[in-house]
Amino acid sequence: MAFGERQLPGDGTLAATFKCPKCGRVVAMLTNPMETQLVSSLGVEIGGRTVPAQPFEMIDTMTAPPGPSWSTDAQERLGRVPNFVRGMVKKIYADYAKERGITEITPAVMDTARAELGLEGM
Amino acid sequence: MRTYHQLTDPDRSGLAGQITAQRRRVAERLAGVGRMVAVMSGKGGVGKSYVTAHLARALAQGGRPTGVLDADLNGPTIPRLLGTDERPAADAAGVKPAVGLDGVKCISMALLLEDGAPLAFRGPTAESFVWRGAMEAAALREFMGDVVWGSLDTLLVDLPPGIQRYTELCDILGSAPPVLTVTIPTPESRDAVRRAMRAAVERGSQLLGIVENMVGGQFEGTAADELAAEFATPVLARIPWHPAPDTWATLGARL
Repeated sequence: MAFGERQLPGDGTLAATFKCPKCGRVVAMLTNPMETQLVSSLGVEIGGRTVPAQPFEMIDTMTAPPGPSWSTDAQERLGRVPNFVRGMVKKIYADYAKERGITEITPAVMDTARAELGLEGM
Repeated sequence: MRTYHQLTDPDRSGLAGQITAQRRRVAERLAGVGRMVAVMSGKGGVGKSYVTAHLARALAQGGRPTGVLDADLNGPTIPRLLGTDERPAADAAGVKPAVGLDGVKCISMALLLEDGAPLAFRGPTAESFVWRGAMEAAALREFMGDVVWGSLDTLLVDLPPGIQRYTELCDILGSAPPVLTVTIPTPESRDAVRRAMRAAVERGSQLLGIVENMVGGQFEGTAADELAAEFATPVLARIPWHPAPDTWATLGARL
């Protein structure tokens, strides 16, 4: 089976496809956040690594300050939320990320959260 | 539908190759270590870390370069016992260990966590017990494979109570390291330590000997002698509450 592609939608899940070079059949593997975390806990990536393993790659995830980090773009988007509700909105996104094991909040994560939680306008 | 073992092409998930690469990285990093000794007990509170740190210093004082890997990820105490709080520095070559008293190299979660901060896991909160064990094993692997241990005569591995971390150590190394067992005199300690020693023997570890700690105080019993007889291994040292100056050097010479 030839590895096809891997996608991380930003909600803690993983999707990977494999194709048989003989019959052309494609098989998809979908993992929920717990299953995705279990695989990543081994320090491996489905389909192979694109970047070599860095020293203390796993340990850094255990010793970093609690809570997900915010990407620069995500911080800018959060900054556009009205001041009087920004704290509440930030907590909603942070709780969403924490429950799914997402370590960095990006605009893609915010979009997914908005769609799932009905946070239009945030 | 074909199943996994019917596939004729190479495994394209790439997982087996990555696991092999991890093992190879550990082996390469430990190539300069003369011997690894796992310090275990099976019982908590007997003074494994205390014995490990003082033994390491005695070995180093005797001219044998020594390191300590603090495998007690949740209750790390080795850096304090070795008098260092040096935060390990990382570069492309790896992570430089801290250097404690008598030049003993060490790595520990205590050097990486904020004071009082527990070991935290970033992941889905539901059923986290499913993957937490894998994360701790990965941390142990990185302590062995990412730290620049360099050339050492001895690398002591201070194991937490129980046998889980010992089992993970064997799995990562691909072999069972020799074991130094620590107990206190009591029957309760004897019974708990016995289980750990049996597990070590069943796994194939050489039992180097037993250190009986906290001797002569309120803890009464003959645990070390009973275990020594049962497992045909020597009692290497009996550590009183107030050890004599040559206690550790004598133990180091016998190890």
